[in-house]
Amino acid sequence: MRFIFKTKYSQDINIAKHNGDRFWYSLLILIMVVLPLVLDDFYLGEISYICILSIAGIGLMILSGYTGLASLGHAAFLGVGAYTHAFLLTNGIPFYASIPVVIIVSFLVGAAIGIPILRLTGMYLAIATLALGFIAEHVFIKWEHFTGGNRGLPVPQPEFLGMSFYDSVFFYYVCLVFLIAAMFAAINILRSPTGRAFVAIRDSEIAAQSLGVNLGLYKALSFAISGAFTGLAGALLAHYIGYLAPDIFNIFLSLTLLLLIVVGGMGSLHGTVFGAIFVGFLPQLIAICRDYLPSSIGSQPGLEPMLFGLILVFFILYEPLGIYGRWMKIKLFFELFPTYKRQTFKKQKVFTKSDRV
Amino acid sequence: MQLIQLLIDGIASGCIYGLVALGFVLIYKATETINFAQGDILMLGAFVAYSLIGILGMDYLTGFALTVLIIAVFGFFLDAVVVRQIIGQPAFATVMLTIGLGFIFRGFASIYWGTDIFSFSTPFSGKITEFNGLIISYVNLSIIVGTAVLMFALYFFFTFSKIGVAMRASSENQLAAYYMGIPVKFIFSLIWSISAGVAAVAGVLLAPITLVDTSISLIGLKAFAAAVLGGFGSIPGAIVGGIIIGIVEQLCGTYENYLFEGVREISAYLVLILTLIIYPRGLFSDKAEVKKV
Amino acid sequence: MSLFEVKNITVAFGGVKALNDVSFGIDKGEIFTIIGPNGAGKSTLFNVISRIYEPSKGEIYFENQNISKTKPHNISKLGIARTFQNLELFENATVLQNLLLGRHIYKKTNILSEVFFTPSARKQEHEYRLKVEEVIDFLDLQHYRDTLINGLPYGVRKNVELARALCTDPKLLLLDEPSSGLTNEETIDLGFWIKDIQSLLGITIIMIEHDMSFVNKVSDRILALNYGKILASGLPEEIKNNEDVKQAYMGE
Repeated sequence: MRFIFKTKYSQDINIAKHNGDRFWYSLLILIMVVLPLVLDDFYLGEISYICILSIAGIGLMILSGYTGLASLGHAAFLGVGAYTHAFLLTNGIPFYASIPVVIIVSFLVGAAIGIPILRLTGMYLAIATLALGFIAEHVFIKWEHFTGGNRGLPVPQPEFLGMSFYDSVFFYYVCLVFLIAAMFAAINILRSPTGRAFVAIRDSEIAAQSLGVNLGLYKALSFAISGAFTGLAGALLAHYIGYLAPDIFNIFLSLTLLLLIVVGGMGSLHGTVFGAIFVGFLPQLIAICRDYLPSSIGSQPGLEPMLFGLILVFFILYEPLGIYGRWMKIKLFFELFPTYKRQTFKKQKVFTKSDRV
Repeated sequence: MQLIQLLIDGIASGCIYGLVALGFVLIYKATETINFAQGDILMLGAFVAYSLIGILGMDYLTGFALTVLIIAVFGFFLDAVVVRQIIGQPAFATVMLTIGLGFIFRGFASIYWGTDIFSFSTPFSGKITEFNGLIISYVNLSIIVGTAVLMFALYFFFTFSKIGVAMRASSENQLAAYYMGIPVKFIFSLIWSISAGVAAVAGVLLAPITLVDTSISLIGLKAFAAAVLGGFGSIPGAIVGGIIIGIVEQLCGTYENYLFEGVREISAYLVLILTLIIYPRGLFSDKAEVKKV
Repeated sequence: MSLFEVKNITVAFGGVKALNDVSFGIDKGEIFTIIGPNGAGKSTLFNVISRIYEPSKGEIYFENQNISKTKPHNISKLGIARTFQNLELFENATVLQNLLLGRHIYKKTNILSEVFFTPSARKQEHEYRLKVEEVIDFLDLQHYRDTLINGLPYGVRKNVELARALCTDPKLLLLDEPSSGLTNEETIDLGFWIKDIQSLLGITIIMIEHDMSFVNKVSDRILALNYGKILASGLPEEIKNNEDVKQAYMGE
């Protein structure tokens, strides 16, 4: 087991806690950079999609995993980002100017939604965000001037830095750069007072308040930051799908994002990437399942929601810490071998404590 | 006269929302969890009734009763086997669990019954009665009467039967009820079974209107509006909330031109959001808000 | 002039008066203990001071400033910190993160400087940490810096909550049953710490406590509540011999 001897406060503040971290993460980024040399366009497209999902996942993770506020309508933010971006590009705004506008717009939309509903807690918030998701989907259909309505809206693919978004290698690098930037931004927020205030709200609102955390302000801020990340992901998603139709941003996409953070592991940024990989390859996984099942079941369209539900239920019941939690357990098992105890991660059950009147 | 016609149609569809909302409320009062799969249980109810009445050719009332029984037993084991495992974990876990269960039910239904739209004949199908120029379909009438009967049955059950009183005690204070010798876990499963049964009733009553397919599970989402409006915790509130939502939907549909296009589809959600922002306690909540520290 | 004054506070829940016309004042540097049987209104009083409950009547003054209308999250900025009867720690965070939250009121960075983690944000983290380390040394928490709260024994958790309150650099500290659930040795340690907080850090303390031998050892003055009303107040000796207090505790 590694023991870190600490001599400076900076060691606790820095992102990389020791040289091992630095080595492995540098290696990972290096591999990601040379990946286009080995992979063909199809897999590059898949990995770009996973990067986009990860960025959206970071957004939802900050809100649900770190601030403890559930959102069942997060696809709306993807929609806001995608439509704003497409609208700006259509009107001749260049890519590099459009992205900051998208981030600011989604930030403001997040704040605008956050402020009225931040008095709600727990279940009520989940229901309210679900309803807002439906309303947003409806707005995308009806606000034809801005979204093209049911006809849809083609996304212009302008040149950027002399390269075209049709080039899958270039698009892959764009997504990768944005993912790394988003990751750093999220880590920075979480190691600052604001991120700690989010965690405080998640674990005990009453204590957070007594320590001077303005609950309303920080919940709205969490919504806004979450919206900004998800909006950015939406803008990239617009390039990825190329043609926006309102039914893309439906409740199923919102729930897919939730599945992403649950499967990845609540309350960890690693989890967003693990979850995104899982969700990104889910269609392939389902295709494989179809091959192995008898055709009477395998060819049914109901298989997809069924597997979706089964995975969700499985993780909630048996691996509530997600893939990242499982990874930590395996790591600890080898570090502590042969003294690992199962009880280390046993979840304490809390009874009678609730926000019920 | 047209307005009264609208009201009747609104009340009928509102009763369905109310019944589903009633299921939310029963479970919420007892276990402080919300069953996001309530609409999917309604869908299962409709499908089971289709199998019994439409395929096996059972008599309507027998099929109805058997459907409710099957779904109620299903609800009992749903709690006893699955949901009970995560009691005591954060609210988020239950939300996700029940959403996942909903997906499983929907997936199962479309694999087992297929994705076509089904219907089965009822004694009410296609019959109408006229009263002073008002047209009342037997189907709507059956919904309204069915809801009223069910409400009275539940009222007497909770007020006078021993188990009903034990249920009320368990929702007031789990620990105290447990100390008094009430088998709280069993009672909770029983509450799940009642709320599943109520959803099944709603499903069977609804089947002649919307026909049977997997999309009727979306009614569960509109029923949230009914439950929230009624104060999420009040049984009459759920029904009244449902009826209000039903009427609002009808009115929005008719006067769409004066409002904005497509207002009908989202009117329930708008009412939900407005209630939560303006008066989150709902119409029928009886308890004053006291913060716990 | 008193540092802290409660004037005619009345709190009613429905028809029940949890506090009925309670008034008292505390001088700077005192350890002031509130005792009383269960349901006497002690915790309600704390919750009124930290503005979680709205009093139906009365005012609270801190440093001659009326704080009855202050927002709950601004109370700690004025210099009032508190602990809770049933521990309200951030369970899934480390001890260090819990204590750093105690410095939240001194936050100067905004969201942009945090996203880019500018040198000023880094400097602020260092400043926070310096103060936190002082408190860690003061309460002997060195072993637990990186431990998650839900892996700590109860006694240490109580200690962490006290430490978190101290990290806000308060002038007035509200302790809600600090000794409940502690072992004998831990209670003795706590007694020394509370005395040290008073004498070394110069912090005024209001404490709710049940353990009478502990109360008599550390308190300067005692206030006894029963059914939301003041039974008696005075020096520990006076309270010990007060007939009303004896009756409230022992019955007839």
